[in-house]
Amino acid sequence: MLDNIGIIIGITLMYATPLIYTALGGVISENSGVVNIGLEGMMTLGAFVGAAVGYYMGNPWIAFLAAGAAGGLLALCHAIASVTFNAQQVVSGIAINFIGPGLAMFLSRLFFKGATMTKAIDINHKIPKPLDPIFEGLSLQDSFLAQIFNQYATVYIAFLLVFAMWFVMYKTRFGMRLRAVGEHPRAADTLGINVYRIRYICVILSGVFAGLGGAAMSLAVVSLFSPTLISGQGFIALAAMIFGNWKPQGAMGACLLFGAAQGLVVFLGGTSIRVPSQLLSMLPYLITLIVLAVFVGRSRMPKADGIPYEKGGG
Amino acid sequence: MNKRKRLLSHSFGITVISILMGFIVGAIILHRTGYNPFEAYGIMARGVFEKPKYLVQTIINSTPLILTGLSVVFAFRTGLFNIGAEGQFIIGALTAAWVGYFLKLPPVIHVVVVFFAAAIAAALWGGIAGFFKAKLGINEVITTIMLNWIAFYTQNYFVTLESFKKPDSEASYAIQNTASIVILEGWKKSQAGREWLKNHPIWRDVLKTDFNWGFLIAILIAILIWYILNKTTLGYELRAVGFNRFAAEYGGISVKKSIVASMMIAGALAGAAGALHVMGVSHKVSTLATMEGYGFDGIAVSLIAGSSPIGCILAGLLFSGLKYGGSKIQYTMNAPPEIISIIIGVIVLFIAMPRLIDAIPKAVAKIMPFVSRRRGEKHVG
Amino acid sequence: MQHIDFKSKVVEMKNITKVFGNVTANDQIHLTVHKGEVHALLGENGAGKSTLMNILYGLYRPTRGEIYINGKKTDIATPNIAIQQGIGMVHQHFMLVEPFTVVENIVLGRETTNFGGVLDMKKATEDVISLSEQYGLYVDPNAKVEDITVGMQQRVEILKALYRGADILILDEPTAVLTPQEIRELIEIIRNLTKEGKTIILITHKLKEIKQVADYCTIIRRGRHIDTVDVSAVTEEELAAKMVGREVSFDIEKKEKERGKVVLQIEGLTVKDNRGIEAVKGLSLEVYEGEILGVAGIDGNGQSELIEAITGLRPIEAGRVKMNGKDITHCKPKEIIDSKISTIPEDRQKRGLVLDFSVAENMVLENYAKEPFSKKGILNHGEISQFSKELIQTFDIRPKEETLKARILSGGNQQKAIIAREITNDPDLLITAQPTRGLDIGAIEYVHRALVEQRDKNRAVLLVSLELDEIMNVSDRIAVIYEGSIVGIVDAKEADENRLGLMMAGGGAEE
Repeated sequence: MLDNIGIIIGITLMYATPLIYTALGGVISENSGVVNIGLEGMMTLGAFVGAAVGYYMGNPWIAFLAAGAAGGLLALCHAIASVTFNAQQVVSGIAINFIGPGLAMFLSRLFFKGATMTKAIDINHKIPKPLDPIFEGLSLQDSFLAQIFNQYATVYIAFLLVFAMWFVMYKTRFGMRLRAVGEHPRAADTLGINVYRIRYICVILSGVFAGLGGAAMSLAVVSLFSPTLISGQGFIALAAMIFGNWKPQGAMGACLLFGAAQGLVVFLGGTSIRVPSQLLSMLPYLITLIVLAVFVGRSRMPKADGIPYEKGGG
Repeated sequence: MNKRKRLLSHSFGITVISILMGFIVGAIILHRTGYNPFEAYGIMARGVFEKPKYLVQTIINSTPLILTGLSVVFAFRTGLFNIGAEGQFIIGALTAAWVGYFLKLPPVIHVVVVFFAAAIAAALWGGIAGFFKAKLGINEVITTIMLNWIAFYTQNYFVTLESFKKPDSEASYAIQNTASIVILEGWKKSQAGREWLKNHPIWRDVLKTDFNWGFLIAILIAILIWYILNKTTLGYELRAVGFNRFAAEYGGISVKKSIVASMMIAGALAGAAGALHVMGVSHKVSTLATMEGYGFDGIAVSLIAGSSPIGCILAGLLFSGLKYGGSKIQYTMNAPPEIISIIIGVIVLFIAMPRLIDAIPKAVAKIMPFVSRRRGEKHVG
Repeated sequence: MQHIDFKSKVVEMKNITKVFGNVTANDQIHLTVHKGEVHALLGENGAGKSTLMNILYGLYRPTRGEIYINGKKTDIATPNIAIQQGIGMVHQHFMLVEPFTVVENIVLGRETTNFGGVLDMKKATEDVISLSEQYGLYVDPNAKVEDITVGMQQRVEILKALYRGADILILDEPTAVLTPQEIRELIEIIRNLTKEGKTIILITHKLKEIKQVADYCTIIRRGRHIDTVDVSAVTEEELAAKMVGREVSFDIEKKEKERGKVVLQIEGLTVKDNRGIEAVKGLSLEVYEGEILGVAGIDGNGQSELIEAITGLRPIEAGRVKMNGKDITHCKPKEIIDSKISTIPEDRQKRGLVLDFSVAENMVLENYAKEPFSKKGILNHGEISQFSKELIQTFDIRPKEETLKARILSGGNQQKAIIAREITNDPDLLITAQPTRGLDIGAIEYVHRALVEQRDKNRAVLLVSLELDEIMNVSDRIAVIYEGSIVGIVDAKEADENRLGLMMAGGGAEE
């Protein structure tokens, strides 16, 4: 029983991790006032670049960072459109969701002989589980504790990032300014804060995080990229961010909930318990809807979220 | 009047320039990766226009896109962003497959029943998002994304049900023939039909496809939607709410009712897309591994259409032609067909930036006198 | 005036011209301000005062012209440069981040940090407290801005500027949202600031305040510099004449008239605002045929909620509303319109018009579902445009083209379009809120005449306005609203501005 719980928690953490990165991307972008529905596309591109670089270079960390860079580059398009040219941010995000996966598969065909699925990365070239030696040394490989705490490095990094993001947003000058820009950009502008620069930084960072999230999927959870690998996780991360009330810690909690549903599906699939997995998979979305309905009015979106800022206008 | 005309043509100009930019960026990427863009675009064009059956296939494929595009347009006119066309399409398709298989009805009546059952089910599905928005003020973008996934898993669940799932497949049973809208379906398989088609190869090719009534129905629906939006009090109310809900409320229009009605009609349109797809092409629903994308493509269609119902027909055809023609560059020149997604994405990105496109003629105008001066021409005024 | 240092010109703006598209907002304006001076900028709405100050503060770049700060030519390209030059601005619409605390708002953009950009809020709080003590500007440093009063928020704005070392403070319409007490306190604060050597530029169109606090006054009309005067040497009437460009008579011609029966009857009305706080508390009021009842009050005392409740746009918590004896308390907007109430809304662009609809479509906003404009759900565009053409003609709405979008019309013509629509509805009760806000003098006269005309046709008119002058000139009776209740009703002929002002501030109830 205890072991089963351990397995479920372990899977939960594993599946929640890519979502956490991506949701953090959503948090930083939207708190600066730019809606980023393009997370899905950025995540997909990141997943591909991670898998491809990982396969060819054999170094998971270079691959991981390359994925972040790819996501950031794609996010730059979103930033140019929505910050400089005052695009409808949702529309621009939708464009990103066509370009990201399109580019990922286009490049995949170029680098993997016409296939949209990359070749699997050698197990030694995946993101490592840094605590493996410790658990092995204690002969606890399959114990309850190992199930929970012996995770891929990306999992620990994700949780560190949540803390770092919280700290930056609420305890530093940059964080205060970025929240001000998302709440009342004109006020920030009159105080000499460069609204455009902050929004550019935040949107690009959101792409970096989404790219990392994709790579956390393709370099750790599995070891390759396929067209269906991400399929919708970017949207789930977006939902988690909203569910988490646009706060890093809240988004993390929501990602864990979504991960737990996934964990249950995987776990029950391996047991004799007959619960339709489809209904189980549906649960997090249903819960999100219900929570949104019950806690209506409690959520507080950054006031200028989604509104292009025009200097000197109005 | 003049001003109004200019505004209209202006947005049309933006669409044309955006499409052009999409092709230019696509060409640059193709060129950079070692493919001849002219060859690729040539293959794509021939892949659509060369043979009647290609053209027919493009038209067939455009049907669901036109309708999901209309769905997004309709909600958009009431100021709502219907990201949920995807889920509404699924619900429509699932209902159509269900009613098409389980009900036994005479031919035409069965089609009508399936169509309306699917549209109503999807209308209710869309209405959920409308209700959440109207009663609780929850952003429809969020709820429709959730509802998409709930619809996705609902279909996958139904396809596991014993009475519905065809054994040894990942799909439902096919709908009854009475619910099919494929043109001359019985005849083209009959002795006489085969005889005749043997001597008429063009028609044989055309009818080899899933040539069906869907496209015609989609066009009629597009005209109907244009009429509703522009010529009826319902359309007046919905547009008033879309432009300015506060003024609409002040004028005595019920904003909440309008929002729910708009989402329901949008849902019905996407559901109709699903129904026509099942009755005309797939005849069944399958276990989904990933979103099929009809709804998301519909968003792009609606944006290219400039939220005009009639524009949806053209944009749907364009989109369908791009995808169908684009798929052919893979076989003929071994180029990645995903270039089409990139081109579509770039088109949408430029449509999102009218300001950038506005700046282009100004930039050209700035450069022009410079250029002509260099040529030694005199500039007057 | 004793603290003005005439030898030191802190601000000199020369030949400032600013063009937006086809509109010249500022046309070769001059402005000279000395150290320690309170300099008023006077002009009507849209005269170009705010544009000029936004240029001084670096929010706009002038198309032409030069700015000298402390005698040195300065290119103020950004607010940052303005701040460096010791210029601070308090905008009319406060530039405050609502979920942030007072301290966070004050230090934003100039934060005290430890290593690596980590905020030192303790030090910041101490700085803010000592600053507020120095100038007598009391604030609660840790309160969230969304929880404090408007007057307090204004202090936060002033502190924000002082925190940045501002020596020149631009105050944009600072009294528009304040109660008379708060205005008095503000004037005191301004005097304190000049005593400390600060220079104040005051944007306003309120003559009384200029007389009270300003030393010099520059008048701007339609983007042009009209005059700069020593305030002690001119009368209010002279200032007003310079502002509008002709002698103004504030009075409007109005015949004596007997009022008729009760049309609108409100009993014990209670309504909550958006935050769930009772904004209207047990309010009772009656409006009669053939009278204009003016409701005077400071902004935010429940006026908007009162109107929204009568017109069905806001739920009623308690009390009753009767129209012609019929209970309309919980009716829908449509039913209320049908009970012969018309409304000229407070915010014409938000409530009154669908700006992206054509003028014709706007003209039937309440009647599109009625014959002849539609039949069985199908619109009759011919009838709609015919009807609109008639209204455009009768009410002289320009441009005379019913297919144009309402967005293209000027503010005055937009208001005319709304008035045309509402009056043509042939109401028994016409409700108008702030009907002249943002309009020029000509349009204001037009609106006032239209209101009196309705009264003369024996209709009831309920006029809610923040402009006391408007209320006093147009109304037959004046009701004063304070904190959601009517604190007194007086006959307009016997009304005394000072007494009304006192009542508006909750100072004196009806004897």
